[in-house]
Amino acid sequence: MTAFFHHLAYDFRTGLRDKTQMLMFYLFPLFFYAMMGLLMGKVNPGFLTTMIPAMIVFAGMSSTLLALPGPVVSARENGVYRSFRINGVPALNIVLIPMLGTMLHMTVTAAIIALTAGPLFGAALPLAGRELAGVGVYLATAFCLASLGMLIGVISSSSRATVLYGQVLYLPSIMLSGMMIPLDMLPEGLIPVSLLFPATNSMEAFRGAAMGLPTMIDPLVAVLALLASGLIALGLSVYLFDWDSRPTGKARPKYLAALALLPFVVAMVIYLV
Amino acid sequence: MNPEMVISVRNFRKTYDSLVAVDDLNFDVKRGEIFGLLGPNGAGKTSTLESLEGLRKPDGGSLNILGVDPARQSERLRNLIGVQLQSSGLPAMMTVEEAMQFFCAYHGVSPRFDLIERLGLIDKRRDQFNLLSAGQQRRLALALAIAHRPQVIFLDEPTAGLDVPSRIELHTLMAEIRSDGTTIVLATHDMAEAEKMADRVAILLRGRIAAEGTPAQLTAAGGGLTKISVLSEANRLHADGIAFPAVAQWLVKDEYAVFFSSNPGQTVSAILAYLEANTDPLVDLRVERPSLEERFLEITQAQR
Repeated sequence: MTAFFHHLAYDFRTGLRDKTQMLMFYLFPLFFYAMMGLLMGKVNPGFLTTMIPAMIVFAGMSSTLLALPGPVVSARENGVYRSFRINGVPALNIVLIPMLGTMLHMTVTAAIIALTAGPLFGAALPLAGRELAGVGVYLATAFCLASLGMLIGVISSSSRATVLYGQVLYLPSIMLSGMMIPLDMLPEGLIPVSLLFPATNSMEAFRGAAMGLPTMIDPLVAVLALLASGLIALGLSVYLFDWDSRPTGKARPKYLAALALLPFVVAMVIYLV
Repeated sequence: MNPEMVISVRNFRKTYDSLVAVDDLNFDVKRGEIFGLLGPNGAGKTSTLESLEGLRKPDGGSLNILGVDPARQSERLRNLIGVQLQSSGLPAMMTVEEAMQFFCAYHGVSPRFDLIERLGLIDKRRDQFNLLSAGQQRRLALALAIAHRPQVIFLDEPTAGLDVPSRIELHTLMAEIRSDGTTIVLATHDMAEAEKMADRVAILLRGRIAAEGTPAQLTAAGGGLTKISVLSEANRLHADGIAFPAVAQWLVKDEYAVFFSSNPGQTVSAILAYLEANTDPLVDLRVERPSLEERFLEITQAQR
């Protein structure tokens, strides 16, 4: 087994050993999913048409924006990355492996939701023949969210900062992305703002590409925005990564991280024109 | 570089903004040597070690380890050196066994579970790092530092927090590693450890070398007095008015006559002659040189 796979296997096991990660990867999103299935299905039957993508995106955001960044900061603060550097662990592995590990956990949760929401709560499934499109949108979403989660960990100077940055994306996404409230029910002025969030683009892509529902933007544009944002966030994570809480070289400007949201600005502009 | 020299530091300078941590530092370390780097906090030890380990870039001068520039050739450096960091440096949830597999995989060698056994961690092999005691964490860090059989090992406070048997085991292991031709750079605050283990030491003060040499050379160069403790059957040495050469002061403690001498050879000869002349058989004689710790304090206080 190569060093990369040893590292990935260890990272995956940590997600099961660490109670905080276990909570954010599995317990919290699946509990929320069960509650939403039991309550929202009765209060708002329309919710069931997008329940599967909404709960998958919600679970993905919990795993990546809330669970992924904290361990990155604490590893840096505790000298783990210094030790890794001395022993030849490349920065790319340090950035990429926790992303992949988180995506694996996220995929287990997503599979549980996708396979049980129909039988348990009567949630709508993807249209026949569009399942692969749904998988494609899921992968683009997982990659984008995991890259953004890693970028938050890389630029945050403390665990408190990770919570702050994570919540900047997480909380508005729950209200504005179409997960809980359909986009067409939002005040007109908020729709362009909602498109600045990855969750909105993911929901739009799921609705159009997998569920065959009407969308505000072209699902292909939404998927491209997710992929572009993920790639930019990954590149910036490697570029802005520091091995030590005391900078080992010239400090790089952390505000560059905002560039990761640029593709969503483009998606918003396309919607407006 | 002389092939016997594995580390060469020339005019090394390291600054942090306006703070000069190390200035114009020069020293060499020979193959198979244990080189002690001593100094109070803030003397520049960590900056020097971290630069040699490739973690920081020098602001001036040159560093060389086995022909490799640590700042520019960090990839080549990785398999040549082993480092036991002062802080833990391991993920909290990683088990002892996983840590050995993980780091050996990155060095491209088979895991050295024999070291885990040797360092008394075999019963803890499935325990997570955060559940180990401080001493067990240090032993694991040492096992990981030497697992890929590096040619140069940097040990930063290796025995801090260890109990006596663990210290002895670790010192034995260090001596074994050295006997294989491996070079060890030992940064420590424990002067007794440096005196016992190091072939040569350098005392750093304010980023410069204040003294360098073997522990014996350093202690001999100081103004300290040698302590000579003598116990005889009739205690004739306890009488006032006996003068021995080179003795600065004397006292009686626990039946022993204790003399502080600037020339121990001369003083001991005179004492033995006196006892023989006075038919007072010798029971015990102890000669204690000034320790490295005393010399260290002498140097650091003189420079303040």
